[in-house]
Amino acid sequence: MQNTKTQDTLVGLFVACGIAALFFMAMQISNLNGFSTDNAYTINARFENSGGLKVKSPVSVAGVRIGRVSNISIDRDSYESIVEMQIDAQYSLPDDTSASIFTAGLLGEQYISLEPGGSEDPLPANGLIDITQSAIVLEEIIGQFLFDKAAEE
Amino acid sequence: MIRFFQHLGHSTTSSFAKLGRSFFFLTHTLTASVSVIPRPRLLINQLYSVGVLSFLIITISGLFVGMVLGLQGFYILSDFGAEETLGVMVAASLVRELGPVVAALLFAGRAGSALTAEIGLMKATEQLSGMEMMAIDPLKRIIAPRFLAGFIAMPLLAALFSSVGVLGGHMVGVGMLGVDDGAYWSQMQAGLDFQDDIINGIIKSIVFGFAVSWISLFEGYDAIPTSEGVSRATTRTVVNSAFTILGLDFILTALMFGDI
Repeated sequence: MQNTKTQDTLVGLFVACGIAALFFMAMQISNLNGFSTDNAYTINARFENSGGLKVKSPVSVAGVRIGRVSNISIDRDSYESIVEMQIDAQYSLPDDTSASIFTAGLLGEQYISLEPGGSEDPLPANGLIDITQSAIVLEEIIGQFLFDKAAEE
Repeated sequence: MIRFFQHLGHSTTSSFAKLGRSFFFLTHTLTASVSVIPRPRLLINQLYSVGVLSFLIITISGLFVGMVLGLQGFYILSDFGAEETLGVMVAASLVRELGPVVAALLFAGRAGSALTAEIGLMKATEQLSGMEMMAIDPLKRIIAPRFLAGFIAMPLLAALFSSVGVLGGHMVGVGMLGVDDGAYWSQMQAGLDFQDDIINGIIKSIVFGFAVSWISLFEGYDAIPTSEGVSRATTRTVVNSAFTILGLDFILTALMFGDI
């Protein structure tokens, strides 16, 4: 039989581990937490349609992930989608960067791909990207295709 | 022929009698549980033997279950180019089903059988009747602390199992197979809901903890006080717990996720 002190400590540790696991499940596995990165700056992009893009979707340049989507809202006047992104502070982008929404694989999640332009000036924090390409909505393309086919005949 | 029917009738009535005894046992245990509150020392001792000693088997099994899920999930999902959804798959299957169920099965094997054997031997060596002679209620002194400890330890162990499993899946999926780290977590966080998934998983593990503690303590308390009787009771604990856990899991899943 172990002495009482060690036993108490181990029981305490066990309960602490269990509660830590519950917190881990709440914060990390489910979506209870608010995302925050320390070394990041915010940029915005205006899309006609942000499709299936979600908060926390990845943002990449040339296939390398440099940030994540932090908020998606709608512009009350133009009814366009304003996507707010957190970009890792070590990457600076030129101010003529363009943004497109792509899908990873046929069924994969949607992400933002940034195409840096040739400008010398960097994009400021809270800057807005105007040159964008919206998400491709598969139904729209199929609908368009069928419509064109019908028009031909 | 008549003997066969006699036997059938006897085993039927005796199994109903046993069910009845187990319900009386449960109500007595629940009322006796109140008397544990002024004596937390008893509870801590039992939490040690039920919880701390199960810690290792639960975490190691959780790690390997998560790793296997990561590996198998990756091979299937990569056929569809959907490796990014690995995180959701691993976490959802762990938090909703595998965490509570496998943790409870391991708990029944690790802690439940030990409880039955301990109580059964106490009965066989007449320690329980000795206590009654000294006007100490064995339900209050022996059974209730063990019951409460199982009840408290089970959700914690299931949470540990799920968390370690998710980390194991991360280790294999992100570390070895090259799934994107952010997508693993972000898809998981987007795909799992706190209310629907996490809370329901915890409710499941609480129900399982209740059932396993009840079964193992009752089997020990009701064991025939011989060495063979104790060994049979221990076997019955594991078998009955497994049936009960899996059956309850189906019912709970149907109730919780049926309307999705």
